[in-house]
Amino acid sequence: MADRMETGPVTHGNAGKWIWISVSGLSLIILPFVLEKGISQYYLFLAANILAWALFALSFNLVLGYGGMMSFGHAAFFGVGAYTCALLLVKASCPLILAFLAAPFAAACVGLVIGYLSVRIKGVFYFAVITLCFAQLVYILVFKWRSFTFGDDGIQGIPVPAFISTDESYIHYYFFALIIVLICAFVLWRIVRSPFGMILRSLKENPERAAFVGVNVEHYRLIAFVISAFFSGIAGVLYALLQTSISPDILFWTVSGDVILMGLLGGMTLFLGPALGAAIMVLLNSFVTSYTEYWGLCLGITLILIVLFFPRGIGGIMVERYQTWKKRKEG
Amino acid sequence: MSLDPSMLLVQFISGLTTAMVLFLLASGLTLVFGVMNVINFAHGAFYMLGAYLAFTMTQLLSGSLGFWAALLIAPTVVCVVGGIVEVGLLRRIYGKEHLLQILLTYALIFIFNDLIKMIWGVNLRMVNMPASLRGFVTFLGSRFPVYYFFILGVGTAVAVLLWLLLKKTQFGKLLRASAEHRDMVGLLGYNVSTVFTLVFMMATWLGGLAGAVIAPTVRISMGMGMEIIIECFIVVIIGGLGNVLGALLGALLAGEIYAFGILLLPNFAMAFLFALAAVVIIFRPYGLLGKPAQGMS
Repeated sequence: MADRMETGPVTHGNAGKWIWISVSGLSLIILPFVLEKGISQYYLFLAANILAWALFALSFNLVLGYGGMMSFGHAAFFGVGAYTCALLLVKASCPLILAFLAAPFAAACVGLVIGYLSVRIKGVFYFAVITLCFAQLVYILVFKWRSFTFGDDGIQGIPVPAFISTDESYIHYYFFALIIVLICAFVLWRIVRSPFGMILRSLKENPERAAFVGVNVEHYRLIAFVISAFFSGIAGVLYALLQTSISPDILFWTVSGDVILMGLLGGMTLFLGPALGAAIMVLLNSFVTSYTEYWGLCLGITLILIVLFFPRGIGGIMVERYQTWKKRKEG
Repeated sequence: MSLDPSMLLVQFISGLTTAMVLFLLASGLTLVFGVMNVINFAHGAFYMLGAYLAFTMTQLLSGSLGFWAALLIAPTVVCVVGGIVEVGLLRRIYGKEHLLQILLTYALIFIFNDLIKMIWGVNLRMVNMPASLRGFVTFLGSRFPVYYFFILGVGTAVAVLLWLLLKKTQFGKLLRASAEHRDMVGLLGYNVSTVFTLVFMMATWLGGLAGAVIAPTVRISMGMGMEIIIECFIVVIIGGLGNVLGALLGALLAGEIYAFGILLLPNFAMAFLFALAAVVIIFRPYGLLGKPAQGMS
């Protein structure tokens, strides 16, 4: 049952699975051309933006959806990834490949420190508050350490190599991001389905029992936390390369809140739920902010409605509908 | 840098004033957690609302009267808003996952921020200090703003009243009992829902009071609630979530560390606070006065 939940609709037979995969793969490849020719560059930019956030949301869900750890500090890893890459490119004129590789490791190191302090604590509230506080420390350091991070000026004009340049079209960048996100998503999916992933889920369901059968709870939680920080760092790099300018705002704690919302919107019990949530958030944001300056009000009300009436998220509702439909068809 | 004794005294007193404001906020945060087992992420928003209401009161009524009226009315309005929020929203999710409770109060931050933006706009606002609290006093050879002592007085008064309320009154007994054995209190015929509403209103009243008290010393802006909530969280981590005495201890430590940290590293004084919080977590994961049994999920 649990497994069926994880993969959502993609579970009825092998043939059906491959049809699903090829259809979605094909549409991901065709989509940018349709957007570019049919609508506008702006939507292609949004699509690329969604890719970066989707990766962030997927890596975050390893901690919250699978590990049951309510981290309110993931902006730190996203931001450290983005800043590491950007600073290496701007200050050290590093080749992109090195800057790209260094970023997730830097994020994982920060994740190790914050995670080490946080996984010792049981209880959702304590965990949320502690991760929040330490992530905010990273924000303050980046904000105040002008000589190193440019402070609140941020980093403008991050040099992006020609092959993913977004000056004329976002299409090259889209495919670059798509390949990276797909690879990362595949690795995350393997992690979730591995014995490690099973243990992680058992820690969420019943940490006492897991500890009783000899699982080192803190150890596994920390590993999950660091892996999640690592991939969040990659998402940060994608974001920085897309925007070509970053500011300490991406480390502020509302960004940690945003990624939680993506998970909640899309559904945390599904592997791809958070990615769906990321798409909804990005599109909703661009739609709402084009009409009104009160994006926060809209976001807050949406969030309250979801919390009160649809706690399983939109992805969760879709899967529920699909399953009852299938049952009716069969029976 | 010269560290003469008078300088240290100045920093010490200034640290105490910071501590008192933090205590006003953290005590509400910790009370709500202790009794209701809810972390109110929107606590900073109530503080901000208190400050903006104080601004409006001083605009409506001229002279010192505006400030004193603000001190009375701003917390009261904030506490009514708090009551509405508790009855209208929080009450619906007590039995549900903690995650949903956190997200609900988190959503309130955005709603409050935008409503305040609608009502008061995005410009920075200032509140004039009443004439009687302006100026300086000389104390042990150093000059201090009179307002420092006003904040100290308010903080001390609240701490004493809160202690009396919790330890000496029937209501306080009920609160402490609700924190320990919620179901039992219900079985004894008390209305736990009403207790929760009253606690939440009390906490938001304290938050609004903190906002009104701090208003004349800061520029009132949209972000003020978001910033102070982090410091409050650190205070309750240090003191122990759910423990009012812990909040006082945490606030005093935080205020003083901040005041002296600023002498050493002016830009990174906050970092000392985080360092202390990290040390506390490593050696006493549930805070200096906290109990591990609380907040377990």
